[in-house]
Amino acid sequence: MPTVQFTANLASQTEAPVCKVEGTTVREALHAVFTGHPTLRSYVLDDQGAVRKHVVVFVDGTAITDRQKQADAVRPDSEIFVMQALSGG
Amino acid sequence: MSTKLYLGTRKGLIEAERSATGWRITRNSFLGVQVPMLLPDARDGTLYAAVEHGHFGTKFHASHDAGASWEERACPAFPPKPEDTPDVVNFVSQQPIPWDLKKVWALEAGAAPGELWCGTLPGGLFHSLDCGASWQLVESLWNDPGRAKWMGGGADWPGIHTILVDPRNRHRLLIAVSCGGVWESTDNGSSWSNIGSGIRAEYVPPEQVYDPGIQDPHRIAWSAADPDTIWMQHHNGIFHSTDGGKNWQESLNANPSNFGFAVAMHPQDPQTAWFVPGIKDELRVACDGALCVMRTRDGGQTFEALRHGLPQEHAYHLVYRHCLDVTGDGRTLAFGSTTGSVWISENSGDSWERLSADLPPIYCVRFG
Repeated sequence: MPTVQFTANLASQTEAPVCKVEGTTVREALHAVFTGHPTLRSYVLDDQGAVRKHVVVFVDGTAITDRQKQADAVRPDSEIFVMQALSGG
Repeated sequence: MSTKLYLGTRKGLIEAERSATGWRITRNSFLGVQVPMLLPDARDGTLYAAVEHGHFGTKFHASHDAGASWEERACPAFPPKPEDTPDVVNFVSQQPIPWDLKKVWALEAGAAPGELWCGTLPGGLFHSLDCGASWQLVESLWNDPGRAKWMGGGADWPGIHTILVDPRNRHRLLIAVSCGGVWESTDNGSSWSNIGSGIRAEYVPPEQVYDPGIQDPHRIAWSAADPDTIWMQHHNGIFHSTDGGKNWQESLNANPSNFGFAVAMHPQDPQTAWFVPGIKDELRVACDGALCVMRTRDGGQTFEALRHGLPQEHAYHLVYRHCLDVTGDGRTLAFGSTTGSVWISENSGDSWERLSADLPPIYCVRFG
C-alpha cells in the first residue's frame, strides 16, 4: 500500500498522520486518507478538488503533473509526500 | 463601554483589554497566520475568526472563552462547479472567476440564533444557520447576471466586504461589493436588487459613471438606531443615503480628502460619522504625512480633521476598510493601520492614544 506523509507544518494545524492506504493514483490515495481525516481535505485541496496553489505533492521524489485531478499513478510501494511550496511562504 | 478589542492582523489575532490603567495588549492567537476577518458575536459571546494560511487556505475557528481556546468549524466553500455552467468572466482580466474561496472578507451575525453571513472574494455570499458548523452558498446572488459586471478593486477578484442585517426586519440585508455596488435583499437572501442611484464612479467611461453595478463602495455603515441612514466611503468620494440605500448624496466638503477605505457611523446620531482619509487612489498614504481621522456631525455638510495624539509628520499609515470601529455609546473608537499602529479614542475622536506601533499590518478591528 502507498504511504502518504504530510509536511510537519500541516500536522501542527490539524491531524495529519502518516498513513498507509489503498490506491493506484494520487487521487485515490489522498481520498482514502481524507475518509479517515475529513478536516484534512481542505488543507490540501481547493474548493474544486485541485491541489492548492501553494501545496506541492511528490510521488517517489517527483512532483505530480495533474494538479487538477491527481490522476498520477502510484505503485503499491510508493511514497507520497504532501509539502508546502516555498511560493506560499 | 467595551473593554475588549480584537485585531485581525497579518500575523495572527491580537487582543487588547481595558483595565483601570488603560488599554494594553494581552494575548495573541494563530501567531504567524493571517486573520483577515473576525466577529465577536454579542448574542452568545462566541468569537469567530477566519484564519488564512499561506499554503493551506482559509479556515474558520470559534472560541467560547474570548480567545483563550479555539475549535475549528466548517469554512465556507464553493460547491463543485457543474460542467454545463458557463464561466462568469472578469471583464478586466478576461479570466473566469473561480469557484474557489480566496479570502473571507465579511462576517456578520444574522437575526436568528446561530445565523451567520459571510462574504468572500471572489464575490460569494455564504449563509450558516448553525454557528458555522455548515455553510451554504447564496446561489441567488452567485447566479445573478449582474455579477458579470463585478471587478476586483485592489485584488484580482471582486469581493463582498460589508453585510448589513436590518435590525427592524430580519429578512432585509444589504451587501457592498468592491467593485459591484450595493445590493439589497428583502427576503433573507432569496433574491437581490442592485441599488444605489446617485453614486458616482470616476474610473469608468462617461456613460457608466452612475451605473450602480460597477461602483466601488469601499465600506458602508449604518446603525441600529437608524438603518435608513447609510454612510459610504467610496473609491472616489463620500456618500450617504437617508432612504435605506436607494438614493445617495455626495458630500463635497471632505477635508483633507474624500479618499479612504473605512467609515464608522455613530450608533445613535445618524448625522455623525468618522472616516480615515488618505491622499487619493494613486497615493495611498496619510495626507501631507499627517494622520487624521475625519468626522462629520452635520450629515456631511462639514468635516473636521481630528489630529490630537496622531503623528503629524512623516506618517505613512493607511487604514483598511475593516480597521475602524466604534462602541455602542459612540464614545470609544479604535483604528489600525497597514504599518502596524493602533490608536484608541475615548472621547469620540477628539484625542487619540496609540496602543502600539509594533504590530503586524492590521486587517480588522472590532470591539468585543
